[in-house]
Amino acid sequence: MKNTIAERIQDFLKQFPPFNNLKKEELLSISAQIRILYVEKGEYIFKQDSQCHDEFYIVREGAVGLYRNFDSNQNLVDICDSGDLFGLRIMIIKKNYRMSAIADEESIVYAIPTEIFEPFIEENKEVNKFLLNTFATHARNDYTETEKGHRIDNTISIEVAKDLSGLRTISYRKKPITCSPDDTIRDIAKKMTNKRVSCMIIVDHNDYPLGIITDEDLRVKVATGIFSVTTLVAQIMTTPVFTYSKKVTVAEAQIALIKNNLSHLCITKDGTRNSELIGILSDHDLLVSFGNNPSVLIKETKRVKKLQKLRYIRKQVEKLLKSYLEQDIPTPHIINIISEINDALITRVIKLALKEMSSPPPVAFCFLVLGSQGRREQLLMTDQDNALVFEDVPEEDYESTQRYFLELSDIITKGLHTIGYEYCPAEMMATNPRWCMTASKWESQFREWIITPDEEGTLLSSIFFDFQYVYGEVTLADKLSDTVFDGVNKSNRFLGLLGISALKKPSPLGFFKQFLVEQNGEHKDTFDIKTRAMMVLIDAARILSLYNNLKGVNNTLHRYTKLAEVEPENAALFESCAKAFRVLIKFRTRQGLLHNDSGRFIKLNTLSKNDKLKLKRCFRPIRDIQEVLKVRFQLKSLM
Amino acid sequence: MKFWYKKRNKNYPDFWKEYLSLFEKKGSKLTFENIRFVAFDTETTGFDYVDDRVLSIGAVAIKNNSINVSDQLEIYLEQEIFNEDTVEIHGIRKNNELDKVTEKTALELFLKYIGNAILIAHHAEFDRRMINKALQRHGLGVLKNRFLDTSVLFKKTKHLVYRNDGLNTHYSLDDLCNDLKISKSDRHTASGDAFITAMAFLKIVSRLKKKGFDIKKIFL
Repeated sequence: MKNTIAERIQDFLKQFPPFNNLKKEELLSISAQIRILYVEKGEYIFKQDSQCHDEFYIVREGAVGLYRNFDSNQNLVDICDSGDLFGLRIMIIKKNYRMSAIADEESIVYAIPTEIFEPFIEENKEVNKFLLNTFATHARNDYTETEKGHRIDNTISIEVAKDLSGLRTISYRKKPITCSPDDTIRDIAKKMTNKRVSCMIIVDHNDYPLGIITDEDLRVKVATGIFSVTTLVAQIMTTPVFTYSKKVTVAEAQIALIKNNLSHLCITKDGTRNSELIGILSDHDLLVSFGNNPSVLIKETKRVKKLQKLRYIRKQVEKLLKSYLEQDIPTPHIINIISEINDALITRVIKLALKEMSSPPPVAFCFLVLGSQGRREQLLMTDQDNALVFEDVPEEDYESTQRYFLELSDIITKGLHTIGYEYCPAEMMATNPRWCMTASKWESQFREWIITPDEEGTLLSSIFFDFQYVYGEVTLADKLSDTVFDGVNKSNRFLGLLGISALKKPSPLGFFKQFLVEQNGEHKDTFDIKTRAMMVLIDAARILSLYNNLKGVNNTLHRYTKLAEVEPENAALFESCAKAFRVLIKFRTRQGLLHNDSGRFIKLNTLSKNDKLKLKRCFRPIRDIQEVLKVRFQLKSLM
Repeated sequence: MKFWYKKRNKNYPDFWKEYLSLFEKKGSKLTFENIRFVAFDTETTGFDYVDDRVLSIGAVAIKNNSINVSDQLEIYLEQEIFNEDTVEIHGIRKNNELDKVTEKTALELFLKYIGNAILIAHHAEFDRRMINKALQRHGLGVLKNRFLDTSVLFKKTKHLVYRNDGLNTHYSLDDLCNDLKISKSDRHTASGDAFITAMAFLKIVSRLKKKGFDIKKIFL
């Protein structure tokens, strides 16, 4: 009997080893027995130390993280992308799971019954070989390795899980720029300038590495006049070079570089000097792999050509954030750095998307981020909220122009999703035709929200007025903010309505000064730090900034600082608001890192008594600032 | 009373009696995790409940948040009536090489397969009526199963701002695919659409849970 679904699964499986070694009918019979799991972010597929399931798994869509608990720390051991197998080793050994598999994002996973697959392990040589290889070397299958460029060695990590980063192999630059020993210095200097590289490997006719020339050599040996530019490179190159195989780990590379005072290592096929050069590893690559240097991360972001790599950088940013929080670096400073990297990531995604388009943009445009991203308060990756403005076009071209930008936005938002920004559930994204318009349409939309405010309008304006320019024609964004301020000056009613919505936010504490928790839904019994505490402070800062005509400040902390300047009589209150906000944002970030989510919903039982008191202290300024709004916009009668 | 009496006495085939018996006894306590759902789709010769016929039925079962490929059904029906216009959409020709069964056998297989599962379909009303008409042609009653419609469930997941974009917004299966990021391969085959519906169902349920809907209230 025909089985369309099994055929489709077969089509997917046959791309990946070991399934690509099976006959079509064999694979089809396996496919017909598969269970398709849908797992949400954070959901367990199996838990460490639990009895092993009678099935193993392959990721169809999304990503699954393998974690190992160690001293009550959960360490990420590996991330499985589409086509990666997991839970397989254990099926052969038949012991309890040694790691936990947790969905890193919404994922679809195929579960393959062990029973059905077992005969093939015994009978099919290729399958057997693949599995043995996997277990022996933990080499990730070749189809995904190039995509990721990094992997963590499972066997070793089990013993020394404490320092995983040192055991990871590093990604290196493939296809390095090379030249022959007979080239002149001038030739290679030109080549290096053209390709914008700081070093060049000299290879013989077999592509075996002979020596290396760096910027430093050119400075020290040539610019000083010791050698002339017509000298052959063979005379000034540093030789021999240090070579390693591509399996070199971070720790090994680091030791080699420091011990020999080098800036570059050559990667060759078998790791010796007498084999083909396949890549080059610089001290820069090493720094990137540590991920503790923001400027390196930004630099790396600008160079990356693959989204998967950006996703990896994003993971590094999280690590960076964690270490900053541990070191108690001031929150405003952390916010600045993380926002810079975020901007760089988004800009890179947009640039990559533009390259994918078949033609350049028909008119100038500008890409905006909204909400928390727009206010530059996004420490953890939350939803993506964004919009796109393009230059006015004649009526007859409108549709085709909009279609172009919608297509572009589609690629951008998908890219952002790939690197880890969730889609906005409310579709406040540039892929929505409502949020991808010409400048004049945006202006009239903004004016409409201000002049004839209704509930939807105030809701949307509180998101959209905090926009921040990221990429494109900056004047388009400037014009929009002029519209907002001009409009607001004429409408006190609008500010009043915004004020009401800020006052209507649910309060953080109940009558007995206890925390109020969510009553139902996914987040039942947790404390919603965003709506119950942070939103009021954010809203109040926005309203008062609009009232005082403070252009160009979006960040809530900056807004309070500015407000303290223009309203010195309230300076003390504004400062305490800013302080409260700093504490809250830190709380949220810590919670988010702890639970690998947005940190918005806090489980109160995970807080210490001290933490709870600290939180409660933040609520005082919230009440006070609400009073200020009530008085200023005469809201008492309206409530 | 008379009506009831008449119905009881009718000489139903065994498979229909068996099907009915599944709905008589009250089973153990149902939860989302232990209910068997069956997502299904029918391809038909057209959209007329009386004149058009079912060409094929595709169905796949869902239990405990996962789709069991081994628990699926794909049947093609022999055709008396044939509508040239719809062949282009789903490509099932009269008398092509697929194994085919009579309408009655198809119904028997289908009923045996679904049992008392909760049925899921996109724009379920259409599929329900097509099957019911076929059942009636063979002197049988109508489907007793509970039905869920993914187009209705999907609407509940939309943000309030968009839910009111015209009350009559209809979400097609293509809309769902785009919105929920489901691959559209095998669209317009019964099995392909059944599979997409199953996928959509799982994704919608998780979105509804996140929104704080009580899943039990929707299903049980």
